[in-house]
Amino acid sequence: MRELSLQARQPARLRRWRPSLARLRGWLVPLAILALLEGLVRGGVLPSHQMPAPTQVLETLSSLAASGELWRHLSASLLRVGAGFAIGAALAILIGTWVGLSRRAEAYLEPTFQALRAIPILAWVPLLLLWLGIDETPKVVLIALGAFFPVYLSLLAGIRNIDRKLVEVGQLHGFGSTTLIRRILLPAALPSLFTGLRGALSLAWMFLVAAELIAATRGVGYLLSDGRETSRPDLVIAAIVLLAVLGKISDSLLKLWEARALHWRDAYQGGEV
Amino acid sequence: MSALLELKSIHKAYGGRRVLEDVSLRLAPGEVIALLGPSGCGKSTLLRIAAGLDRDFAGQLELNPLLQFGTGSGLGVVFQEPRLMPWLTVAENVGFAAGRRADADWVAQLLEDVGLSGQARSLPRQLSGGQAQRAAIARALYGRPQVLLLDEPFSAVDAFTRMKLQELVVELARRYDIAVLLVTHDLDEAFYLSDRVLILGGTPSRLQREIAVPLEHPRDRRSAELAYLRGEALTELYQSHAI
Repeated sequence: MRELSLQARQPARLRRWRPSLARLRGWLVPLAILALLEGLVRGGVLPSHQMPAPTQVLETLSSLAASGELWRHLSASLLRVGAGFAIGAALAILIGTWVGLSRRAEAYLEPTFQALRAIPILAWVPLLLLWLGIDETPKVVLIALGAFFPVYLSLLAGIRNIDRKLVEVGQLHGFGSTTLIRRILLPAALPSLFTGLRGALSLAWMFLVAAELIAATRGVGYLLSDGRETSRPDLVIAAIVLLAVLGKISDSLLKLWEARALHWRDAYQGGEV
Repeated sequence: MSALLELKSIHKAYGGRRVLEDVSLRLAPGEVIALLGPSGCGKSTLLRIAAGLDRDFAGQLELNPLLQFGTGSGLGVVFQEPRLMPWLTVAENVGFAAGRRADADWVAQLLEDVGLSGQARSLPRQLSGGQAQRAAIARALYGRPQVLLLDEPFSAVDAFTRMKLQELVVELARRYDIAVLLVTHDLDEAFYLSDRVLILGGTPSRLQREIAVPLEHPRDRRSAELAYLRGEALTELYQSHAI
């Protein structure tokens, strides 16, 4: 009996300080790593010409910001990712909906898309450069290609997993195919679509870096290759930090949108273990 | 009086397996018919044929031209599961057939009828099983149907909720003058609700027997007449090797 009552009391005690602290849990590991690095570099354990101290990276970032360079690179990268992601996702939604709804379209298109999907996206790079030059177009196309498949695949799976029983309700009301798509199929496939969009966004950032490493005069990826060529690890790490922040912010925005659009969902949220 | 809905000599097979053979029934205005039979006897299939969801059958489905009048299809259907759209509120689900142009007053009236006035803005996931089924009943009534098709609509709720929902359906069917075709495997339910009980059984299934229930509503679930009729039905089910 004694043991039982002890077990019951403990969670209550934990709960009192948990809410404020729980939010900070995620910061613990990165802060510890940063502090360790700073100490190791300052203490001379790590050579600073290879591993700059976190404070030095911060200085590099602030000098980039002060000269206006930072904004030039950021805006170039943001435009590329934005355009590529939007084009790739929009095409994937159109084609994915079509293939998802029509078995005929599936018979014609699915094998081709499966084959195309098997090609690593980066294999297209030489061809894109040959055809489209080293301008903005090949970069946007590469990012769009990367964003296309995750959206297409999850939307297709989402549509094919819709409960037939809900579709029957639409049939009872005599819905035509456009009404059925708009009122039942798309809302029901929305959770899968968002999963695809989030995967596509992270791939879009990945292919942005690839495109900018290959040929660019602006952009966060250019900072990476510039840092390597001028032997400035602080610049490389500053660019990596920028990519992390941009990726995190854009994913959080998409997540926020997802949470709003799918507020009706009755899904498992994870337990407090 | 002419029938609202008539099934004439329905035959249905899945692949090579014959499920229904020569089943006919007529549903008159204001009448409540229960189709009683064991699981897998094809009674739900018969209802899906009547609802127009299954068109792959032999025989005839005749709907009274009066049913096609007005806005709705004249048929309301309630399934075993509520089948509410999880992304719509309860009120939006009730007016689902009309979407944004749904008649808000009529939706509110229906929600009051089924006792869900306070839940209009709730999402389906916030409802209990019984409440969700009430919402499904309200949705079926939105098109002002003259025929309600019920496919084991109370089988997934607890016994007490079931009794309340049965009462609700009887009351609403009388208030709005709706004929009901109820599919069930529950003897109590069949006899408590209906004017006629049709027993479906055998392989392939045929109509084995029809038992009239000449009792006025409201009925007493404990009455000796109901118990006697249930006994008759049980005997029939035993004889047709359904149980």
